[in-house]
Amino acid sequence: MKKDLKNKIALIVVVLLAFLYGIFGVPSGLTPKDLLQSVRNRIHLGLDLQGGAHLILQVQVQEAVSAETDNTVQDITQNLQKSNLSFSQVYKPDPKRPDVIQVLGASPSQANSVESLLDGTRYANEYDVSNGANGTYTLTMKPIYERDLEQRTVQQAIETIRDRVDALGVTEPQIAPYGLGANQILVELPGVSDLDQVERIMRETARLEIHAVIGGPFPSREAALASMGGAVPPDQEIMPASGAMAGAGSGNDTFYVLQRLAIVAGSDFRSATPGTNPNTGQRDVNFTLTDAAGDKFWNYTSANVGKSMAVVMGGTVREVATIQSAIRDSGEITGSFSQDEVMMLSKLLRTGALPATLTYIDENTVGATLGADSIRAGVTAAIVGVLLVWAFMLVYYKWSGVNADLALFLNLVILLGFMGFSKATLTLPGIAGVILTIGMGVDSNVLIFERIREEIRAGKAPSAAVDQGFAHAWVTILDTHVTTIVSAAILFLFGTGPVKGFATTLTFGLAANLFTAVYVSRVIFDAHLSKLEPGKMVSI
Amino acid sequence: MEFFHDVKVDWLGKKWYFLAFSMIFSVAGVISMAWHIHTIGSPVPLGVDFRGGTQVEVQFNQRPDLNQIRQAINDTGISDAEISTFGEAANNEVLIGLPEQTNESALDTGRQQIENALRAHYTSNFTVRSVQVVGPTVGHQLERQAALATLYSLLGMLVYLWFRFQLIYGVAAVVACFHDTLITVGAFALTNQEISLTVIAAILTLVGYSMNDTIVVFDRIRENLRMSRREPLPDLVNRSINQTLSRTVLTSGLTFLTVLSLFIFGGQVLKGFSFALVVGILIGTYSSIAVAAPMLVAYQEWRAGKGKNVSLPAAKRTRA
Repeated sequence: MKKDLKNKIALIVVVLLAFLYGIFGVPSGLTPKDLLQSVRNRIHLGLDLQGGAHLILQVQVQEAVSAETDNTVQDITQNLQKSNLSFSQVYKPDPKRPDVIQVLGASPSQANSVESLLDGTRYANEYDVSNGANGTYTLTMKPIYERDLEQRTVQQAIETIRDRVDALGVTEPQIAPYGLGANQILVELPGVSDLDQVERIMRETARLEIHAVIGGPFPSREAALASMGGAVPPDQEIMPASGAMAGAGSGNDTFYVLQRLAIVAGSDFRSATPGTNPNTGQRDVNFTLTDAAGDKFWNYTSANVGKSMAVVMGGTVREVATIQSAIRDSGEITGSFSQDEVMMLSKLLRTGALPATLTYIDENTVGATLGADSIRAGVTAAIVGVLLVWAFMLVYYKWSGVNADLALFLNLVILLGFMGFSKATLTLPGIAGVILTIGMGVDSNVLIFERIREEIRAGKAPSAAVDQGFAHAWVTILDTHVTTIVSAAILFLFGTGPVKGFATTLTFGLAANLFTAVYVSRVIFDAHLSKLEPGKMVSI
Repeated sequence: MEFFHDVKVDWLGKKWYFLAFSMIFSVAGVISMAWHIHTIGSPVPLGVDFRGGTQVEVQFNQRPDLNQIRQAINDTGISDAEISTFGEAANNEVLIGLPEQTNESALDTGRQQIENALRAHYTSNFTVRSVQVVGPTVGHQLERQAALATLYSLLGMLVYLWFRFQLIYGVAAVVACFHDTLITVGAFALTNQEISLTVIAAILTLVGYSMNDTIVVFDRIRENLRMSRREPLPDLVNRSINQTLSRTVLTSGLTFLTVLSLFIFGGQVLKGFSFALVVGILIGTYSSIAVAAPMLVAYQEWRAGKGKNVSLPAAKRTRA
């Protein structure tokens, strides 16, 4: 054997070992069970094979926009008042346009001061300001700022969901922006099939907030409204108390009038732990606030001793407490919480609030048994497919068939090893891709062998026939592989989940095929030819 | 062993038969698609991932009684559930479907009601094998996506072939691929099977596969053109097809074997996927001989008829 050939064989063996490592890693033992376990550690199974939940959520980003403009409305109102500028109203004229704010009835004599206030850096960065007749000013959120705000909202939602999912103890969840639509999030939770549980924790947009109580309790919304003279001032709101709350009889709704802006909310909470009040035996949540929020809370509580505060979650009042003394940064919330609610509340507090409501636009779960069945079916189909192809190649091409079968085996090893190295996900359609790779991979061998046969028929000597066969077939193989890889790549770019898995295995498989069917197969032929006695033909 | 030795078939002489064959299947498919548009509003029955809606796959411990299940679900106030057995009877599996929920915030209620109804009736004698709830937005996103993907991959190949061969080769190959896609989708319409996202993946694979077959023939035509410029084009194309016939049939046969194994053993989830491949591989092999090659010849003859030179699409060879 020539030295060159020896090097080539060594290269092939190295590749084989490397990709075997890709499949198995370093197995803990050599029994089938150990090997299977090590394969599982290396090759990631898609949700359709191991079972799990797949959700697509829409972030209602306009809520974040609305919250931002709400803040600005308050801010403008305060600033105008502080500067003693007269105006009749600062409000958002169109509920369908959360990004538009109007200032009405500014006095014409103060126009310059109002304009310089609105044009100041505080607002001009975020809003386009235009003035109309009768002291009207319209602030419209800049599209670029709005887009940025939406993106931040989605990002924050992703981080919050990730925290909550981590708290659930799900292994290897995937939470990412979903490319197909604007402001959508993809959540994949392997091994989770109880949708109800997932939804409870994820859908709980409930920000925990503490508001000042202005009036209440009232037996009905109308009564609450009446207490304010029939109209809700812009800085206040009516909120129902949850039926289970202490003081509210079951079924009897109770309503409170609250200050609209919370004293502390959502991300102001630094930590929270569930517990039980030693005196009353009621379940409670102990919380700590961030430093900044602690100062705010201290200022408020010290100035309002004797007044009431409401703990609000999910749009309902959960607890109303009288301020006994000033509180700085820690306290406890006692209420008529169930054990689940206390756990949930503390979990939510720990992870912060979602910046906007999420709606479900797609959900998909696969139970573990279905996944196991799919694996069995896919693997059976793959084994049967491989055996059929192997048998046929042996019968049809005799010893060259062995060559092709070896190449095919190496092709599969490289494909699976690739999956192990790249952490790509194997899905059920992915297994189909493996099977298809077997069929299409053997195409290269057939092309080459048929060509060699032709050359032999044309009277060429064995080594010349092999040489010419490979050379002629190479052009065709290149073209066919490129076109297939083009379509698989497009599938990868456009597909989702399982389909992406299919595109991955098909692309890897075909790329590996270029190496095995052309290079490896050639080396095997060369090794055979180098030992071939003069005058004998290759077995093909 | 050898199946084909020195074949001499006049493929191009049979082009009218081929045309008739292709027309019959295409037209049958198109008619069936038109009928589906008339009855269900889309050319083929769509899977839940495109159509939107709720689909719950349930496995019971005992043979389920569909009427009882229907009753249990009707009791919750859902009147439009579709209930059918799924897969082999021995598996005791039932598919419960609900039409698309247009109110996105209430998307999940249908599933909850179904599960609650089943739990109330069957306690724990069943397992929910899979759930799919698809809102209207996602379904339409995917529809557009799938159409775009198919379009882009055809376009990508057209450009590649244009670059490697000549524009007419690309056009002929893409027409052949389109023919295959049309007939495969038509087969779904005719047999009333649902097209899902995985089926689209299969169809895209077929585009690649059918292209493979066509390229092998084209490659040989190009090679032969370079060597014998005097031979009449139809003869040369016939010869090229015959020379590659052995490979074409073997490869298709082997791929067909693997796909058939997938169709038989691959389980219910991959049924549609493997059905598309089984049909598509047969059609794809046929089309490279019966559609792409005749089209190439027809184009050159049409050019010759107009008094132009036959353009010889012998591109430069790249050697390995």
